[in-house]
Amino acid sequence: MLERMANEIPRLFEYYSAIFLLKAMGTTLLMTLVGVGLGFLLGFVIVYLRQTPGLFWVPVRIVAITYVEIFRRIPFLVILYLVLFFIQAISPNASLFTIATIGICMMAIAYTSEIIRAGFESVPRQQIEAASAMNFSRWKTLINVIAPQSWPVIVPPAFAYMVSFIKDTALVSQIGVVELTFAGKVMNNRGYSALLVYGTILILYFLLSYPLTRLGGYLEKRFASSKDN
Amino acid sequence: MHHLKITNLSSAYGKNVVLTDVSLTVDKGQVISLVGPSGSGKSTLLRVLVGLTPPTGGTVEIQGELINYNSKSSIKLSRDRMAIVFQQYNLFQNMDVMGNVTIAPIKIKKRDRKEVEAEAEDLLERVGLADKLTAYPDQLSGGQQQRVAIARALALQPDLLLLDEVTSALDPELVTEVLDTIRRLASDGMTMIIVSHEMGFVREISDQVVMMDEGRIIERGLPAEIFDKPTTDRAREFFGKILRH
Amino acid sequence: MNYTFQFGVALESLPALLRAGILTVELSFFAFWGGALIGLAGAAAKTFGGPVVSRLAQAYVVFFTNTPALLQIYLLYYGLPEVGIILPSFTCVLLGLTLNAGAYLTEIQRAGFLSVRLTEIEAAETLGMSLWQQIRFVIVPHIAKTIYPPLANMFLILVLGSSMAAVFSVDELTGTAINISTETYRWLEMFTLVAGVYIILTFVASIMLAVVGRKFFRVKARMF
Repeated sequence: MLERMANEIPRLFEYYSAIFLLKAMGTTLLMTLVGVGLGFLLGFVIVYLRQTPGLFWVPVRIVAITYVEIFRRIPFLVILYLVLFFIQAISPNASLFTIATIGICMMAIAYTSEIIRAGFESVPRQQIEAASAMNFSRWKTLINVIAPQSWPVIVPPAFAYMVSFIKDTALVSQIGVVELTFAGKVMNNRGYSALLVYGTILILYFLLSYPLTRLGGYLEKRFASSKDN
Repeated sequence: MHHLKITNLSSAYGKNVVLTDVSLTVDKGQVISLVGPSGSGKSTLLRVLVGLTPPTGGTVEIQGELINYNSKSSIKLSRDRMAIVFQQYNLFQNMDVMGNVTIAPIKIKKRDRKEVEAEAEDLLERVGLADKLTAYPDQLSGGQQQRVAIARALALQPDLLLLDEVTSALDPELVTEVLDTIRRLASDGMTMIIVSHEMGFVREISDQVVMMDEGRIIERGLPAEIFDKPTTDRAREFFGKILRH
Repeated sequence: MNYTFQFGVALESLPALLRAGILTVELSFFAFWGGALIGLAGAAAKTFGGPVVSRLAQAYVVFFTNTPALLQIYLLYYGLPEVGIILPSFTCVLLGLTLNAGAYLTEIQRAGFLSVRLTEIEAAETLGMSLWQQIRFVIVPHIAKTIYPPLANMFLILVLGSSMAAVFSVDELTGTAINISTETYRWLEMFTLVAGVYIILTFVASIMLAVVGRKFFRVKARMF
């Protein structure tokens, strides 16, 4: 067993395999960054909509809240299949990468909007009152007062979610996107030991996730200590 | 024409009536003080004036213009004319002193940055903080923060300044510096409505003192009249409690 | 879009989906309690263990929380046979989910341990409580109140996470949806339906967990 793995290791890391794995790793990272980046922007929009006051906006608020509640209650794999078949029905030529990224984005919107909301709500109400007494519009209050004060609350959990989204993208291999997990399956099918291949893939995921985990933890500590002064 | 004319103003918070039929006029250059037990509606009155708490009835006229608190543009007008300073200062924590004082004139009133900054420096000098321009609120004492808050309100060039218990959150040794700042404003002719528990200060600075209780005005007059010869039992009881120590 | 929705076939499969739902709940339930036990040991190791033991526990947490659960199960499912251990797919999935949950539950329970305040224990001592009474009346209720919300959240995460069992052809909710879809070709309808089942399932779970939390652990926090 060990002997077989020892024999395979040099072959696994020969030029073409290594490039294949690195490319797959890039795909995983790119998918996550684009999906989460867009998700974060749209999550911001969702929060803005659901905090819009006034009777007129009730339907919009309901839609925003429902979206968040629903998409946090469906497994990513199911979201992925729904997006896959829905998009293939309307646009048969869409690439699998696009489909996967949209799936990640739709999930990310729901989760990041909750972090953003918690961040906004952490800003004392009096700060907002002071702004409105000085004639700040809602948007100006958000940009000048709320957002700058809430990002220490938003950023650390955003890193934690980023890590969890990276891990969730492993499921994207199910619809055939050639990312890390799929690459592992390919190598396994080429006859490499599963222990060796999936062990390597695990380590590659770890290399993507762990720095982000540490960075998030570091920022959390820094923000917490700067608040104590 | 009165500078500010409040007629039969009422407000309710849910089912609790917090302001009932309040009528009051303020003339240019006058300093009016609101006194009374906590929960008597003094702060609510100021909050209604700047549109932070909606009124349920009555009218407010500023320099002859009627303010409609159901209309956003009309509330904007009231906030253009009146600036409020809060008990807890409410400085923007993410901005330095200069930023706090200049943001509204620059970003909201779209005035020239250089001009606003020069004015802000003058204002901060007047409140004795010329050396703290780049400090952040959490690096300042409560008294300093409150003086920045006053400068921030003045930077809006209001016709009327509303001061809501501006010394109540301060340690006793910091109260004087803030009161001195307000004294200077009064002698410069600033029109002000002051809510305060500093009775000695109120007596000294006010042109008129208004006593409120349970959302109504129960007595008004010159400081000496109100403090020395209150006509209602409620007022006598209140001053008796406060002035005894 | 020239796609006509036909929910007929999907709706016919509702009884099968509901039966599969039981498997989803079982999977989440066992993974949760298994993970809770591992987590208890892990938290104890991290808090009270010596330098070696606590570092081992920490390594376990760091490794399992920074890699995908799917790959952890892959390793069990495809890797173990290479060393002569062949486990049924359900066992592999359950084991993988349990080990993964155990890492998160270690962190949650450790936070619970750390939340116990010395002053409360001192107060209990001055009241003349025995060690057992302190644990029973002060420490455990305090920990329970602190960790109940993240524990409840973890259970919901596991309900959603258990869907990856479908990848190993375990016929829980998602797996069943895939099976029926491949026969009927009504993928969109099937997955809309199964999404609905997940939403209802997690809603019911949220409400039940909130009620239990309020009743037994005095947790006021919003559960969903």
